[in-house]
Amino acid sequence: MGMTMTEKILAEHSGKAVVKAGDIVTCRVDWAVLHDMFFSIGGQSELYKIKKIFDPNRCVIIIDHAVPAPTVNDAKGAVKAREFVQQHGIKYFFDVGNHGVVHQALAEKGFALPGKLIACGDSHTIAAGAMNCAARGMGPADMVYVFCLGETWYQVGPTVLCELEGKLPDLVCGKDVFLYFAGKYGDATGKNIEFSGTGIAGLTIAARQSITTMCAEINAEFALFPCDGILLEYLEGRALEDFNPVESDPDAEYEAVYKVNLNEIVPYVALPHFIPNNCKPVTEVEGLKIDQALIGSCSNGRVEDLAVAARILKGKKVNPGVRLIVTPASPAIYLEALRAGYLETLAEAGAVITNPTCGACYGGHMGLIAAGERCLSTTTRNFKGRMGSPESEILLSAPATAAASAIMGKITDPRQIEH
Amino acid sequence: MQIAGRVWIFGDDINTDLIFPNTAFRLPVEEQVKLVFSSNRPGWVNQVQRSDIIVAGRNFGTGSSRPGAALLKRLGLGGLMADSINGLFYRNCISYGLPALQCEGVSEIFNEGDEAEIDLGKGTVKNRRTGETLKGSQLTSEVIDILATGGIEELLRKKGFIE
Repeated sequence: MGMTMTEKILAEHSGKAVVKAGDIVTCRVDWAVLHDMFFSIGGQSELYKIKKIFDPNRCVIIIDHAVPAPTVNDAKGAVKAREFVQQHGIKYFFDVGNHGVVHQALAEKGFALPGKLIACGDSHTIAAGAMNCAARGMGPADMVYVFCLGETWYQVGPTVLCELEGKLPDLVCGKDVFLYFAGKYGDATGKNIEFSGTGIAGLTIAARQSITTMCAEINAEFALFPCDGILLEYLEGRALEDFNPVESDPDAEYEAVYKVNLNEIVPYVALPHFIPNNCKPVTEVEGLKIDQALIGSCSNGRVEDLAVAARILKGKKVNPGVRLIVTPASPAIYLEALRAGYLETLAEAGAVITNPTCGACYGGHMGLIAAGERCLSTTTRNFKGRMGSPESEILLSAPATAAASAIMGKITDPRQIEH
Repeated sequence: MQIAGRVWIFGDDINTDLIFPNTAFRLPVEEQVKLVFSSNRPGWVNQVQRSDIIVAGRNFGTGSSRPGAALLKRLGLGGLMADSINGLFYRNCISYGLPALQCEGVSEIFNEGDEAEIDLGKGTVKNRRTGETLKGSQLTSEVIDILATGGIEELLRKKGFIE
């Protein structure tokens, strides 16, 4: 029996010829990654008293969640992170200014590569699957184990194949593909998702990253795209080391095969306070008043997300009843969007542009919402109270929908806005 | 490895932000536990008793890597069963020493206050009141070893990797 892409990576990293759904394997990881929350969340004090890490050249520390530090506690966490880096001689440390939301940073700095296995203390680590890379989030205790031993256990789940065909219509984004998929098929708890089909050729790397990032929200273990020419071009001059792409075998075993025609995808919105089976076409939610729109995060803070927002907002104004917050996912994206004029257009329209950070997505800072308020956000989660008061509401969408809604002050189909 | 305890019923999609709200991040752990389920079930933290068991629906622990399982363990919870458990949350349960069992249909056979009996090695659960039993996912010996040691921190300390 053949193997899926995920199974091949887990087999290669566990020294086994074959790995199949149901197995538990111990794998060495290529990269062990932690961010600032590990060092700043209270109650974790004992966990980072690691005597010796497995390999200082294979560990990455990045400050991304609380940037720049909104509280003294966050500032202290970053101090602890810097001490940890010093103490263990960690080669790859990305401090404020050279940071980026960790998943974007791992991609653009060339860590997330085809065939690699990444363990990181953040739940959206699955994002690296856009790079044909098996990556999953783990809690602080698991990450300490990985930092000590360079390996950990994986339970191999069944795989769902998602065959994409066609091409996304104008103003419909990768995020919409995910919201459609999650709305229709619900959760994929304990499963791997793999993408295939001719439709992939029409999806940019950013669109793929948006989709794989969001697969965390249907509880997938891994979500992988194959390696193609578009990915190889993205990795050119970026990859930190050699890599071996993985392809699924023709006789690989799938629990289910879903066919998605990209031509038929429309803008979607996830309703409060969960995602699986809770997403609707924007046309069914239109008119709902919003107090804030947010464009950013590991899901949608990339250049093309800011570009589509700028295209919609050019020459227009954010509705006086709405705050539009724009949070680029990395300093590199910030700079590119600045040079391309997107940030200027967004600022002229009345958007507040923040520095790159996880920021308001996790309710940390820069855009929290009060009781009774509603936010349409391109971030990853719509959990009750996630971005502020438990009496607030979060709906999720793609950046085009968020930009159009910011203009109108209510949830709006971006295809209805003249631009 | 067997556990038993009184059951608390929770619904579907109980996420990590309900278990461990971000308002708790900056607090010491004694204060963090007071905020568990403060948005969806205020007061529960004062009612839960040592060795009680949560029974929930689908997607328990969906969301972030924050160690909510550590807070549940610290509140004295003896274990957790759900129709399905987010994989990252499941790992956190094991790594912080909180026994957890995925068992499709478990939310259907318990009422709040029932006594549950779980055999983690066999993956079986029994409602002592009704006598109903179900079989869920067996825990592997590796996972049971971590649980028996009390979690990853204890395991690493024993092996001499952390102070």
